[in-house]
Amino acid sequence: MNWGSAAEFFAMGGYAPYVWGSYGVTALCLIIEPLVVRARRRAALARLKAVEGAARRTANEATA
Amino acid sequence: MANWYRFSSPQTFYPLAGRMVPWFGGAAAILTLVGLYIGFFVAPTDAQQGESYRIIFIHVPASWMSMFIYLVMAGWAAIGLGFNTRLSHMMAAALAPTGALFAFLSLWTGALWGKPTWGTYWVWDARLTSELVLLFLYIGYMALHAAIDDTRRADKACAVLALVGVVNIPIIYFSVQWWNTLHQGASVSVTRAPSMAAVMFAGMLVMVFAFWAYSIAVALARVRAIILERERHATWVHDLAGAAA
Repeated sequence: MNWGSAAEFFAMGGYAPYVWGSYGVTALCLIIEPLVVRARRRAALARLKAVEGAARRTANEATA
Repeated sequence: MANWYRFSSPQTFYPLAGRMVPWFGGAAAILTLVGLYIGFFVAPTDAQQGESYRIIFIHVPASWMSMFIYLVMAGWAAIGLGFNTRLSHMMAAALAPTGALFAFLSLWTGALWGKPTWGTYWVWDARLTSELVLLFLYIGYMALHAAIDDTRRADKACAVLALVGVVNIPIIYFSVQWWNTLHQGASVSVTRAPSMAAVMFAGMLVMVFAFWAYSIAVALARVRAIILERERHATWVHDLAGAAA
């Protein structure tokens, strides 16, 4: 174990801004990217459903 | 023998990719936890650099991924040009944003490591500059694709750009040997034993695999979105949307 206490861990031997700046931005990026990708696929599916629904309504009106 | 050509069709690849995403995503999460544990709690403090060296556990994997993803992207682009397969171009397009992200993270973590170690965030040495060029190549690829309305033409133009840009990868990799750079030589190489403690090397290697699994998961998830966007006129995509509605 390298750290005597939690405070010592977060201090990173005086390099806290550099170490946590690196890890923080990396974590942020790797959490946001999958969310953006998921939103993109859901948006594509929602557009398809809207088109599908519109086509179905037109077909129903034509037969009514 | 399995018919691999079957999977070159977006229709068969879409559900297959969907099944693979959680596996690679889960592997990435577990490997990250193991890697971070080794990196922060098992690996000792570096005698020369103190705790700032712990940045390398993400800096080196991010740098490797930025180069490796480019090679894979260019490989898909080449297959797309040669065999005129739509899915190959989609794979190339799906990899570009993740590659750009890792190139950015490589530069960002490198700058934050460089400040306490070299005394500067940035120098225009060959390694740093060529990595910046790599980031611009990814951005250029995405910008070019967005600028051309005809997707087929965009695919071809971007594939050529990706292939021309491959020349930059050996420049990045060998820059520390070819030129006198501030960036130190490779700590890890395929031809000789790593010049770092075994436990540090282990932590770094686990993070490499974590980033690898992450990249595969995200690229597969993104290619699914791209398939839906580009194949929106195909019957199977409509059936899929209809079934989900």
